[in-house]
Amino acid sequence: MGLIEVDELVVRYGRVTAVDHVSFSVAAGEVLALLGPNGAGKTTTIETLEGFRRPSSGRARVLGLDPIADHAALVRRVGAMLQSGGVYPGIHPREVVRLFASYYDDAEDPDALLERVGLGHRRATTWRQMSGGEQQRLSLALALVGKPEVVFLDEPTAGIDVAGRHLIRELIREQRQLGVTVLVTTHDLEEAERVADRIVIIDRGEIVASGTPAELMSSSAHDEIRFGAPPHLDTAGLGRALNAFVDEISPGEYEVATPPTPANVAALTAWLAEHELPLADLRAGRQRLEDVFLRLTAVTGEYPTVTIDHDRRGGHRRRSRSG
Amino acid sequence: MSSLRAQTRTELVLTLRRGESLLLILGIPLLLLAFFSTVDILPKGDFDDPIDFLFPGIVALAVMSTGMVQLAIGTAFERQYGVLKRLGITPLGRPRLLTAKTLSIVAIEVVQIVLLLVLALALGWDEYVQIGAFIGVVLGTIAFAGLGLLMAGQLKGEVTLAAANGLYLVLLLLGGMVIPLSELPTGLRRIAELLPSGALTQVLVGTLNAGRTVPVHAWVVLLAWAAFAPLAAAKTFRWE
Repeated sequence: MGLIEVDELVVRYGRVTAVDHVSFSVAAGEVLALLGPNGAGKTTTIETLEGFRRPSSGRARVLGLDPIADHAALVRRVGAMLQSGGVYPGIHPREVVRLFASYYDDAEDPDALLERVGLGHRRATTWRQMSGGEQQRLSLALALVGKPEVVFLDEPTAGIDVAGRHLIRELIREQRQLGVTVLVTTHDLEEAERVADRIVIIDRGEIVASGTPAELMSSSAHDEIRFGAPPHLDTAGLGRALNAFVDEISPGEYEVATPPTPANVAALTAWLAEHELPLADLRAGRQRLEDVFLRLTAVTGEYPTVTIDHDRRGGHRRRSRSG
Repeated sequence: MSSLRAQTRTELVLTLRRGESLLLILGIPLLLLAFFSTVDILPKGDFDDPIDFLFPGIVALAVMSTGMVQLAIGTAFERQYGVLKRLGITPLGRPRLLTAKTLSIVAIEVVQIVLLLVLALALGWDEYVQIGAFIGVVLGTIAFAGLGLLMAGQLKGEVTLAAANGLYLVLLLLGGMVIPLSELPTGLRRIAELLPSGALTQVLVGTLNAGRTVPVHAWVVLLAWAAFAPLAAAKTFRWE
């Protein structure tokens, strides 16, 4: 039984289905990343757990509570960071942390918390004047000030600098050590890989994969070798040499349906050497998370879209030149 | 510190930190009262001394500034910046948020009215107050706050800013606040008497001057606005 339970959750906005039969659970003290491209349904899922959205069907529970029916009990025990904003534009960091501290029976010391998020020196600045990274860190402080058991972070590192990202990741790890359960959304793979114990990949409202970062990367280690070489190779000849099916998946990008054993890789490179062909790259075994992600959330027709775009831009140029 | 106290304090601090809201809630009313009582250029209607209608009128203006304009603009930007949404996931709760906003309005109005009273006495206002004036201020605050939240709950911050200021000017000119209603052409006066500003001014003129009474329709109009505006706001308010 997880502290966060999502069971066959469906959320529709009119005719649009933002979340389509999503199920996952987060155990106590676990950091789970909801990973997906923009518009995948991550924010809708997290906002359903926060009680902002009503499920069209299915169930969402946090600490065993219904986010809407038990809202008053829930808000005492959770902390949240919205995707953006959420703070009075004219308020100072110290004032808002103290204000939020007053909402909770047992709160962190505001000054110590500000030091922890690296804003101890920014006491006389208003929210409006702060940089994006400082605003994100202040939002995180507000999410943590009530000593929550569960924390929801919606894109906590979106659009902030490297040092800011590092600090936020550090704070997320710190929360896990304290036994806090964290649900974080991100469209950044590296982010998910670095902070999360488990990753749920979501695309167009549906879960396409889930597991630990290591599991996700090895599970996709199909029996295949991928390599890059000049386009239009004799795939049939190479197939005969390797005794496996060879496919040119895109010009100059090949996939060999054979286990990536050292012997098979040696046979492949031997064939290339025999035909005096260069090898651009070679991937065998464990794939990078990025490959998994791109394969799972594959954008179909990407090349034609780019081409059309290019043509249009050319058209504009021609028009402006003639006009 | 209790959350209600902290919230009320924050609402007050943030209001007073904005120069434009200080100008709106204190600067303009005090300036208008001092200027038009000493410089005799306004039509006086059937009043002997301009202060007799100016003081009640400017109190009504002060109530309108705080209850409507200041509340509308502040709340609309809070909504736009996601503050209201964010507060929705804290234990503060909407009842306490609304109570804090109400308390901060009351506190500002007390300061406004005390300062206006001191100035009016210095300018030679004959002190005369009926309990009706207090009831009028309360009903007026409810009506204007309702109108303010009606705007803030629907419109974007910038749009609310423009709309509230525009409405403020119209209600000021048609409210008998600086120009007595009796000076307006009949058709325009009929309209003015149906507006919350005109009704509140009539109530205050009648309860802050010896020998004058409040026309019944003024009470009816004010009560109607005090009932209708908050109801409409509650029905249409969008928190995000």
